[in-house]
Amino acid sequence: MEKRELVCVACPLGCPITVTLDDNNNVTDVTGNTCKRGDAYARTECTSPTRMLTTTVKVEGGKKACVVPVKSSVPVPKGMMMECMEAINKSSIKAPVKIGDVVIKNILDTGADIIATNNAE
Amino acid sequence: MLDFDLAVVGGGPAGMAAALEARENGVEKIVVLERAETLGGILEQCIHTGFGLHYFGEELSGPEYAGRFMKLLEDTDITVKTDTMVLDIASDNTVTAVNKKDGLIKINAKAVVLAMGCRERPRGALSIAGSRCSGIMTAGTAQKYVNIDGYMPGHEVVILGSGDIGLIMARRMTLEGAKVKMVCELMPYSGGLTRNIVQCLDDFGIPLKLSCTVVATHGKDRLEGVTIAKVDEKLRPIPGTEEYVPCDTLMLSVGLIPENELSKNSGLELDRITNGPKVDEYRETEHKGVFACGNVLQVHDLVDYVTEESQIAGLGAAKYIKGEKISSECVSTQGVDGVRYIVPQRINCKTDSDVKLYFRVGAVFNNAKIIVECGGKEILSKKKKKLCPGEMEYVTLKQSVINELAANSVVTVRVEA
Ligand SMILES: Cc1cc2nc3c(=O)[nH]c(=O)nc-3n(C[C@H](O)[C@H](O)[C@H](O)COP(=O)(O)OP(=O)(O)OC[C@H]3O[C@@H](n4cnc5c(N)ncnc54)[C@H](O)[C@@H]3O)c2cc1C
Ligand code: SF4
Repeated sequence: MEKRELVCVACPLGCPITVTLDDNNNVTDVTGNTCKRGDAYARTECTSPTRMLTTTVKVEGGKKACVVPVKSSVPVPKGMMMECMEAINKSSIKAPVKIGDVVIKNILDTGADIIATNNAE
Repeated sequence: MLDFDLAVVGGGPAGMAAALEARENGVEKIVVLERAETLGGILEQCIHTGFGLHYFGEELSGPEYAGRFMKLLEDTDITVKTDTMVLDIASDNTVTAVNKKDGLIKINAKAVVLAMGCRERPRGALSIAGSRCSGIMTAGTAQKYVNIDGYMPGHEVVILGSGDIGLIMARRMTLEGAKVKMVCELMPYSGGLTRNIVQCLDDFGIPLKLSCTVVATHGKDRLEGVTIAKVDEKLRPIPGTEEYVPCDTLMLSVGLIPENELSKNSGLELDRITNGPKVDEYRETEHKGVFACGNVLQVHDLVDYVTEESQIAGLGAAKYIKGEKISSECVSTQGVDGVRYIVPQRINCKTDSDVKLYFRVGAVFNNAKIIVECGGKEILSKKKKKLCPGEMEYVTLKQSVINELAANSVVTVRVEA
């Protein structure tokens, strides 16, 4: 049995969480979280950690904006963030862009879409 | 002279939420004055997610969070004037502003909400030896370069100060291929949210050097390196601990200062610790009908709290305009023993609602108790697993408890370790 202390990063409150793992690395108990997201975060963090990815992507033909902010629709595996960045930096989107427009669908087969988080004319 | 019931100064999340809440509560003629080209305030450049989880139940980026409120505003007939700089607020609440279209405008308002946000402490506020070469900037300026202008300000970065903006920029620069060598923090603890230390530094193996500062910068035209040193308990550099770190960029994330020039010029006294105006439970300042909310009142780390506070101010302004705002004798609040400040600074004894007291502690406490007292009597206590200076805390006082308090008494909040 092992106890692991984590800080939930699912929202800015950052609750301190204690996770109990059995000898096969299965989560047996989660305490300290304030909401359900914290429980889910603690379980994935101990098995296959993921992170939300946010960055910008080039805009072509924009009136003023040369980049537009984007985010992953769901968290991507922590170890794949840099690879995803490379793919995003190679791509671009044509203006006008609207919040929610998909820039890259299912990036590197992670199941996450890269979507615009602001408008650009 | 334009006539409005309510004039809101600043169109960031605070100003937008205050205007919307006042409208919800029946205020008809509202104007929002924003000096930038668009509404949204600082959120426009905060492209990371983590906004709105508590308010909307979704993990939004800054522009998305601001976008929600802009949409709500668009659906009302609230007047929005962007590119409009407010110059003065007179003692009769006349607001003077200027923009290219209307020229100089004077607004006669029954109530005013101050929501000007805050700005970053600049390099001048620090004493670092070295020439004025390029490559030294605040983290917020760097954030604007990268996220709005799409331009990388450097490749080898040292960050001074572990405020949230610095931490967020450490990750942002790393993702864009820069090498962030370290984050130096003068204090023995970080000024940022724990969550940001975990996902912005630990995730990328960026060292956080506590009790450490930059004592000199090197380079003629462009920064070539910095000298860092450890500091003692009195925060003085310890001779012999200097270390040279090559880098082409130094980012400063050494604190935010509420933007209160307007408030000061209008004669409002500022709280020495928060650098914001002193307010009552509805965020009314010492000037009747002038309210304040958001980062201009106290520096917030969570925009969700900004929204909550601004709704209180918007509701207060609405009550004031309708002549329903309670203005009775007050009790004052005071942070002692580890509690640095309290907002609001005073509470009307006859208040008509429960009141949350927001505060920050001055050091890190584990398994501590927050105790609220008045006249030597404990009126509330709350256990906390962890308290850090980087995170705002609150306790809620019940209306029934407040109504029982003696006028002019002092409510103190303290931490028991
Ligand atoms: C870099 C950074 C990262 C952050 N990260 C997070 C996070 O991850 N999660 C989270 O929940 N919160 C975060 N925050 C906090 C949150 O974004 C802020 O607390 C919030 O934006 C403050 O809102 P505000 O309306 O008070 O101020 P602002 O957003 O600064 O808006 C103030 C507005 O007033 C205008 N103004 C000022 N003076 C005048 C004048 N004289 N006339 C007209 N207009 C004027 C300004 O142009 C500006 O638009 C972050 C903040 C920063 C700076
Ligand atoms: S447990 Fe819930 S409230 Fe606490 S940090 Fe995680 S998401 Fe936020």
